[in-house]
Amino acid sequence: MSDLPAASLAGVTKRYGDAVALGPIDLDVPASRTTVLLGPSGCGKSTLLRLLNGLIAPDAGAVRVLGAAVTPASVEGLRRRVGYVIQEGGLFPHLTARGNVTLLARWLRRPPAEVDARVAELAALARLPTALLDRHPGELSGGQRQRVALMRALMLDPEMLLLDEPLGALDPMVRAELQRDLRGVFRALGKTVVLVTHDLREARHFGDLVVLLRDGRVAQQGTLAMLEGAPADGFVRDFLGAQTDPPAGP
Amino acid sequence: MRGSWAALLAGCVALGCAPRAVRVGSKNFTEGVILGEVAARACATGGATTEHRRQLGGTAVLWRALRAGEIDVYPEYTGTLAAELLRGVDARDLAGMRRALAREGVAMSAPLGFNNTYALGVPEPLAAARGLRALGDLRGHPGLALGLSHEFLDRADGWPGLRARYGLPQRDVRGMDHDLAYRALSAGAIQVTDLYTTDAEIAWHHLRVLADDRAYFPEYSAVLLYRADLARRAPGCVRALESLGGSLDAATMIDLNDRVKRRRRTESAVAAAWLEEHRGLRTAVAAEGRAARVWLRTREHLAMVLASLLAAVLCAVPLGVAAARRPRLGALVLGAAGVLQTVPSLALLVLLIPVLGIGAAPAVAALFLYSLLPIVQNTVAGLRGIAPSLRESAEALGLPPSARLRLVELPLALPSILAGVKTAAVINVGTATLGAMVGAGGYGQPILRGIRLDSTATIMEGALPAAALALLTQALFALIERAAVPRPLRGGR
Repeated sequence: MSDLPAASLAGVTKRYGDAVALGPIDLDVPASRTTVLLGPSGCGKSTLLRLLNGLIAPDAGAVRVLGAAVTPASVEGLRRRVGYVIQEGGLFPHLTARGNVTLLARWLRRPPAEVDARVAELAALARLPTALLDRHPGELSGGQRQRVALMRALMLDPEMLLLDEPLGALDPMVRAELQRDLRGVFRALGKTVVLVTHDLREARHFGDLVVLLRDGRVAQQGTLAMLEGAPADGFVRDFLGAQTDPPAGP
Repeated sequence: MRGSWAALLAGCVALGCAPRAVRVGSKNFTEGVILGEVAARACATGGATTEHRRQLGGTAVLWRALRAGEIDVYPEYTGTLAAELLRGVDARDLAGMRRALAREGVAMSAPLGFNNTYALGVPEPLAAARGLRALGDLRGHPGLALGLSHEFLDRADGWPGLRARYGLPQRDVRGMDHDLAYRALSAGAIQVTDLYTTDAEIAWHHLRVLADDRAYFPEYSAVLLYRADLARRAPGCVRALESLGGSLDAATMIDLNDRVKRRRRTESAVAAAWLEEHRGLRTAVAAEGRAARVWLRTREHLAMVLASLLAAVLCAVPLGVAAARRPRLGALVLGAAGVLQTVPSLALLVLLIPVLGIGAAPAVAALFLYSLLPIVQNTVAGLRGIAPSLRESAEALGLPPSARLRLVELPLALPSILAGVKTAAVINVGTATLGAMVGAGGYGQPILRGIRLDSTATIMEGALPAAALALLTQALFALIERAAVPRPLRGGR
């Protein structure tokens, strides 16, 4: 594990109109570990993730990813070194699963044999039956679609993986299974992972490090055990408590 | 050796500069087409290659085409020249008219011999019984019932002026539809109606045309207008045209109109027969079958539709892409295309003539302009309708904008774009029938002719294939959609 952060935000603010969506915030994302961005909806966690991928630009402050500042000039190259998975997968409905996974590699004119080998490798890793590779997203289940989305994000063997509520739209059984498989993948690859969720159990499941956000700012960060052992304030205690304690009743 | 090269060169130059065919135009009514056909055939006997562009439209179209050199000859009436084209010249002053025309580079043939103006007609037996020969004779018969067309009744130079000039006493004067007037005449409900002096109906209903002995009605002598440079380019043709002067009297013209209108002969056959019988000029009449005719019209029609559609797709899709990316530009482009759509097609065609001449060019241009809106609109709608998550996914992959457009956005918008192209194509198939008005041919040709001759069968010869082509276009696009659009994008998920 390197001491250099894989990504960092320094004095970053992002506004939408008059509303501050994020910041001012300072944050380091450690390399080769899984960082979970946790918080209620509207706390700015998705905004933070989109800043890391250069999908949006900060109004103030600097974003650095994989050792480089995220600028319009650098962003395209950076994105190819950073995999991205969103809630419903964002798979292109006009392409097959294979077409989705290999779109960028084909555009970059990678040798077909290399591409095929990589797809087979990823299908095994993501536990997607290869027969499903020639189906269109509309013919796959929600869980299968997320496995394809993961494969697409990993295709070029990125140094960092960003996931925005990757399990959010799945039913509980599928969710539990995919959760296990995802963690297996993260452990096997040892990559820097940033995962957004509002689900505490998911944070517990994945997170080496948890960053709890509130109203666009960091409420507390550390291991989940640290947060639970010494909550920084009432919000942290309430957020952790609301999701762990079963409601008290007579 | 050198001499033979020079001869060859001269031959090539002569071929290259060989005078192009003499083009005769005609207005969109039967007499105009017959006269155009007579002129074209006479011209051909003078040694020129000729083509006849029939029923090009109204006076304005023909006049512009003549001056622009799109056509070389067309039949016109002195009254129209005086009233519409050369204001301030009297219709009876031929020398003055020739001088005014010369300034436009146009020459006028000797009058053909008949005057197609307004007149009043009376059934022959009645006219004979009452001794009616001239308009003045109506004064002695105040009890006669008149059925006049609405326009004639209202125009100052129509009934009101006529009544004043001749002091006509009739009280029973009704406005009615022209065709109904002939029926009322046969039924005896009216005894007098207005007509044009060379109407085929005069022969048909056995009417006597009352002479205008006080010269009340304007003079509408038929003449041939031709470009002044034609005398140099095709002197034989001009000699033949001039030799037609005085050869067609009103009775002959009525007969020729009647042969086409009532006896359903073609204008070509009627013109050829008259030239042979009365002028001793033998010209060939191509006996073309219906199938050959429809095939020719189909080719003309398809060429118009395909050329305009292709050009529209090449322009409108990029415009749509630009419009979808820049909302302000989008509003401008859609606004402009929308305005174009509101220009009536006939007006647009006529407006394009000074720029593009006559024939397929203005028709293709008009169809192209009409195709822009549906394609731009659907391209914009298709691109804007792409889910933000998909757009973002493409961006997050690290694809540059051009690749995102080509690999993701356009394929996703394809069903919408295709729907726009289909709409444009189906509209074009219908609108292209108007191309016949400016000499582009196509299915509009038989429709125009059928309307002119009041022949449903002829109209159907254009309308049915046009409808079939529209249906075929729909079916073709269904196939294209099936081939080009992946299953999941067809008709939603």
